[in-house]
Amino acid sequence: MRTNGKQHGYGAEMNFRERLYVGEVFRGLWITIKHLVRNIFYMKDMPTVQYPEVKPQYSDRFRGRHRLMQRDDGSPRCVACMMCSTACPADCIHITAAEHPDPTIEKFPEKFDIDLLRCVYCGLCEEACPCDAIRMDTGIYEIVADSRDKFFVNKEFLLNDETNGTL
Amino acid sequence: MDLLVTTFLKIVFMLVLVIGLVPVLIWAERKGSAMIQDRIGPNRASVAGIRLGGLVHPIADVMKLLFKEDVRPANVHGFFYALAPFVVFFVALLTYAVIPFGDYLEIGGKRIPLVVADLNVGILYVLAIASLGTYGVVMAGWASNNKYAFLGAMRSTSQMISYEISMGLSIMGLLLIFESLRLTDIVAGQGDLILGFLPKWGVVIQPVGALLFITAIFAETNRTPFDLPEGESELVCGYHVEYSSMKFALFYMAEYANLVIGAALIATLFFGGWNIPWLSRGIIEGNAGTLLPLAMILQALFAGVVALLFFRRSVRERNKFGDARDREPGFLGTVFALMCAGSLAGFALQPWNVGPQAASVFATLLQVGAFVGKVVFFCWLFVWVRWTLPRFRYDQLMNLGWKIMLPIALANLVITAVWVALI
Repeated sequence: MRTNGKQHGYGAEMNFRERLYVGEVFRGLWITIKHLVRNIFYMKDMPTVQYPEVKPQYSDRFRGRHRLMQRDDGSPRCVACMMCSTACPADCIHITAAEHPDPTIEKFPEKFDIDLLRCVYCGLCEEACPCDAIRMDTGIYEIVADSRDKFFVNKEFLLNDETNGTL
Repeated sequence: MDLLVTTFLKIVFMLVLVIGLVPVLIWAERKGSAMIQDRIGPNRASVAGIRLGGLVHPIADVMKLLFKEDVRPANVHGFFYALAPFVVFFVALLTYAVIPFGDYLEIGGKRIPLVVADLNVGILYVLAIASLGTYGVVMAGWASNNKYAFLGAMRSTSQMISYEISMGLSIMGLLLIFESLRLTDIVAGQGDLILGFLPKWGVVIQPVGALLFITAIFAETNRTPFDLPEGESELVCGYHVEYSSMKFALFYMAEYANLVIGAALIATLFFGGWNIPWLSRGIIEGNAGTLLPLAMILQALFAGVVALLFFRRSVRERNKFGDARDREPGFLGTVFALMCAGSLAGFALQPWNVGPQAASVFATLLQVGAFVGKVVFFCWLFVWVRWTLPRFRYDQLMNLGWKIMLPIALANLVITAVWVALI
């Protein structure tokens, strides 16, 4: 098998047999029919993933849909420092801060909305977060809804562990 | 009256062959291209869980196209815009009239020639109709009032003119040898053997002509590597860019109908038409007592093996999907098992004691089968080449047509003429 760029790259000189074209046509046909026959008899080796029945396996580090971490009492770990929404290149995190009743914790997010349609899944928010409150480790990649407002998810949704991608 | 009825039946046969092959070809194109490119291809559409490996998709396509809105752009030339797809499709179906799909069928002492119209200028008719096809394309391109459609139409015309010449010249050598323009004579002439073992097919006595003709037919039917009139990468999709709904479907069907014509012409002119090599009609009729049981056994074996494979799969993958699709292997297995049982049940009719009449019909069926088989093979060749070769650049197309194929076709004609004159 020749993969030498000089021989087959742009502007390469073709030899006489190659310029005749006919022989090369049959060589090409031979290659494609080899693929066809192999794929008919070894259908299982095809790299295609039959998606709805079979789900692709992504790495543990895959950045899926966000979630908000909870404290032991179930309240969000987030202190509404705005680091994530500042870091966000897509400007999709909208936080409204409020004073926390506990004086050791300064603030908490009254509202924490993420526009999933704007999100680019870059992961900068979880990098920026100083208290590990936002994570993208859910592995959820099927983010589907039948209207645009449903992609605008709120704090309760992000805190809820049960929501499995369905909006 | 008989003539009317038989002609009508022959037309129906041809139409069923062509229109029936169109969805199969669309399927072959999709599935074949997928397999060639290491993909799986269509396998989702189903009727009650029966998917037939994607063969149901063309039905879904037809349903979609029938119910789609027939968008008509504002500034088209209305009449010609509406007429163009019909012209294209009509012309695509015309050529079948002269293609012989069998020798003759003998029923009740009457011999019915198996060709719709046995014209004595059959080849000229084929060439004339082939060039008519471009009218519909030009009409569509012009009436669409769209620069891409217009460019596609122009390309189609120039391509048609360039390749028609080499196509006509590449057949001329064949005509010199068989000394007839009648397609039935040409096919009958290809039934002989050269030196007692080589079938006298067009491809054997005119290999260069065959290659040129196949190339030119690819160009005439606007298939890759000559599909510049469509050229979706530069012309969106060429002449039918403004068409939607069933009008688009007519263009789409005409493309595949043209493809079947191309395949039928290649098979008729250069690959012996309905002739089965080494099995002439006399041999088949003489040995029908052996051949018929043999064919039935082969069919039973094939159907039986396929049925067993399907049944094995239905047991192994009983709950693969968890819906109606799980029933499919069992259903297909039953169909093939019934086929197998049918062939075996046929032995009750004592096929080894076949009479002369039935032997004649059997020979005809075999020949028609051979023709259909060849047509299907060449249709597959069209698909196969499409997913192998990239599209030519426009100057390469013209170079190939005028500077390479035309001189070769002329040289081939001259050499053949000298050869025929000397012998």
